[in-house]
Amino acid sequence: MTRPGLLAATILSAAGLAASTAAAEDLTLCWAAWDPANALVELSKDFEAQSGHTMNFEFVPWPNFADRMLNELNSGGKLCDLLIGDSQWIGGGAENGHYVKLNEFFETEGISMDDFAPATVYAYSTWPKGEPNYYALPAMGDANGWFYRKDWFEDPDIQAAFKDATGRDLGVPETQMELMEIAQFFQGREIDGQTRYGVSIFTERGSEGITMGATGALYAWGFKYENEPGSYDMEGAVNSADAVEALEFYKELYETATPPGYTDSYMEQSLDAFKSGQVAMAMNWFAFFPGLYADPDVGGDKIGFFVNPPQKVAASTLGGQGISVVSYSDKQDAALEYIKWFAQPEVQQKWWDLGGYSCHVDVLNAPGFKDSAPFAPDFLQAMDAVQDFWQEPAYAELLLAMQKRLHDYIVADQGTAQEALDMLIEDWTEVFEDEGKI
Amino acid sequence: MTDSPITRVARATPPGMARQVRGLSDRAIAWIFVAPTIFLLLAVNIFPLIWTIRLSFTNFKANRNRPVEWIGTRNYERILTDSDIWLSMQATAHFLFWTIFFQVLIGFTLAWLINRKFKGNDLWTTIIVLPMMLSPAVVGNFWTFLYQPQIGLFNYVISFFTGVDPSSFQMIGDVNLAPWAIVIVDTWMWTPFVMLICLAGLRSIPEYIYEAAEIDRASKWRQFWTITVPMVLPFLMLAVLFRGIENFKMFDLVVQLTGGGPGSVTEVTSINLKREAFEKWRTGYASAYAIILFVTVFGLASIYVKALNKVKER
Repeated sequence: MTRPGLLAATILSAAGLAASTAAAEDLTLCWAAWDPANALVELSKDFEAQSGHTMNFEFVPWPNFADRMLNELNSGGKLCDLLIGDSQWIGGGAENGHYVKLNEFFETEGISMDDFAPATVYAYSTWPKGEPNYYALPAMGDANGWFYRKDWFEDPDIQAAFKDATGRDLGVPETQMELMEIAQFFQGREIDGQTRYGVSIFTERGSEGITMGATGALYAWGFKYENEPGSYDMEGAVNSADAVEALEFYKELYETATPPGYTDSYMEQSLDAFKSGQVAMAMNWFAFFPGLYADPDVGGDKIGFFVNPPQKVAASTLGGQGISVVSYSDKQDAALEYIKWFAQPEVQQKWWDLGGYSCHVDVLNAPGFKDSAPFAPDFLQAMDAVQDFWQEPAYAELLLAMQKRLHDYIVADQGTAQEALDMLIEDWTEVFEDEGKI
Repeated sequence: MTDSPITRVARATPPGMARQVRGLSDRAIAWIFVAPTIFLLLAVNIFPLIWTIRLSFTNFKANRNRPVEWIGTRNYERILTDSDIWLSMQATAHFLFWTIFFQVLIGFTLAWLINRKFKGNDLWTTIIVLPMMLSPAVVGNFWTFLYQPQIGLFNYVISFFTGVDPSSFQMIGDVNLAPWAIVIVDTWMWTPFVMLICLAGLRSIPEYIYEAAEIDRASKWRQFWTITVPMVLPFLMLAVLFRGIENFKMFDLVVQLTGGGPGSVTEVTSINLKREAFEKWRTGYASAYAIILFVTVFGLASIYVKALNKVKER
């Protein structure tokens, strides 16, 4: 290089460094404290190296996540520049001005929502639902799925006992009723000198547990929140005969096939029950499946996975989140930079490789995706038929009402399924009347 | 002769300031001293109370950007006609009544026993008061494990004495047992407090009264009912007042143990109120709820304090 050329290069690189140093920000990303969050920390190191920004993380355990983060947003707090908020928060985030609307940014940067799975864009990004107003980029696809003790299911003695008891072969359940039959078969059974139980399901009262668990059954029976989407007409939909049957099913599953004392269990308790060898099957979010597969005691060859079995329709309860820029942040430009970086296909591929669930179609449709993990095919199948809870700004009131009615009926054994759903309509009607929606 | 501290302070006061203070009346000086406290009281207690009363007549939601509407007494009507709120009140009343009943009964008995002079008296007193010194959150977590049907010590102890299968019953998961589960834990934790107050009452009774009763050949039973109980009663009533107010607003222990469940059978009013205010964000509604609870506690406490004063005067 000539001397003037060297000089120019030095000046340019010094200027570039100075520009990058001047723009370097300390960004804080807020999310729940769970396995995928650790993967994101690892992934974000690439962003730090490329951008010069520093990433800080605020991870809150799931039972307190909504309380903590919604308080932060409601008080206009500046703690989070980026927030991976639950899908149900999108309505409140948009209407209350907590999230930055991303349409213009997506357009300028050439980020297309067509590059992400349609179900995830609908659930994690849009408000009003299905309208092309984007308040988040799909970040973590998730649904409620199932896992089971493959080694027990393949044990010839257990298989023979199951055949004797039910007249059919023991295998992955293909309907909700089969799931119950298998769970009841394992309930109280002695295996390797210990008493085992059928299944661990969500029954938690305080946050969202029992709703997320029971909707797995409700959706499989064809549950709908409204007769017509957007009409808030719930009579006959929420309390349909199928919904009543589904709720009765979940209650029977709880009463006849769960370990003693699982009256307030959610993600942690479900994982504990499975890892400690208490149960033959358990429900939980796909997000935990990489960790379970890697578990030295119950993972590897001992574990199998399956999608939420259908009963009348194929359906799974939606989990997962989109990543949003918090409108109260003073570092919105840097936060948008992160989103731009995160949306790249190669970053999304690495995200999946590290244990995050990418929603990018290039990753999901890649030829080797289905073979990349034992639960990958189930994940794709689940995401094709996901359903979510209300995403209204008043979602917290709607959710707590459902938590109460379901726990009263399923765990506390008060009233009937029909009464529980009728009262739920009354509660929700009151909320929507207060909101001026009906 | 050495100066007194007051003289020294007076001498150190600059003449200008001394002149100013000398010109003030005693009442004015008193106001100067009291004013900061009154201001603090107004800012921290009275203003929020008035603000809460105002909010209770609105549909305000702290998490929403929408105009606040004046809705009159609608929040109050809704609360007082809401069957779920009344169930919550019933859960609170059950908890309140039985915890106080057992704490007074056991606390007084323990105080009476500890008051006897015996070897190791001080050691036993220390052991008995230990639960009271723990954090309610720790106690809640600790008892959650004790009540666990598969590994919990409580279930095994019951099983040992009754022969019932330990995993056949769930103290915090059963609708019928859960209200008693929280009563047991609160009683375990706070009986020592009642015991200490009763012990203070017992030790305040002069010995000569019992000696006079002995001379009059009064039986021990008679002495207990005519001397011990009446003289300890004001102390006992004070303990009941403290525990009553404390348990009316019980939150931490119950949240840790049952979270208000199963269903809503242990959802005492403070948990219910917290859900309305900080989870559902119905700020106006929750304000009305808080005012109703405040009036209830204030009213009951006033009546009780009058009764307590009458007992003292006897």
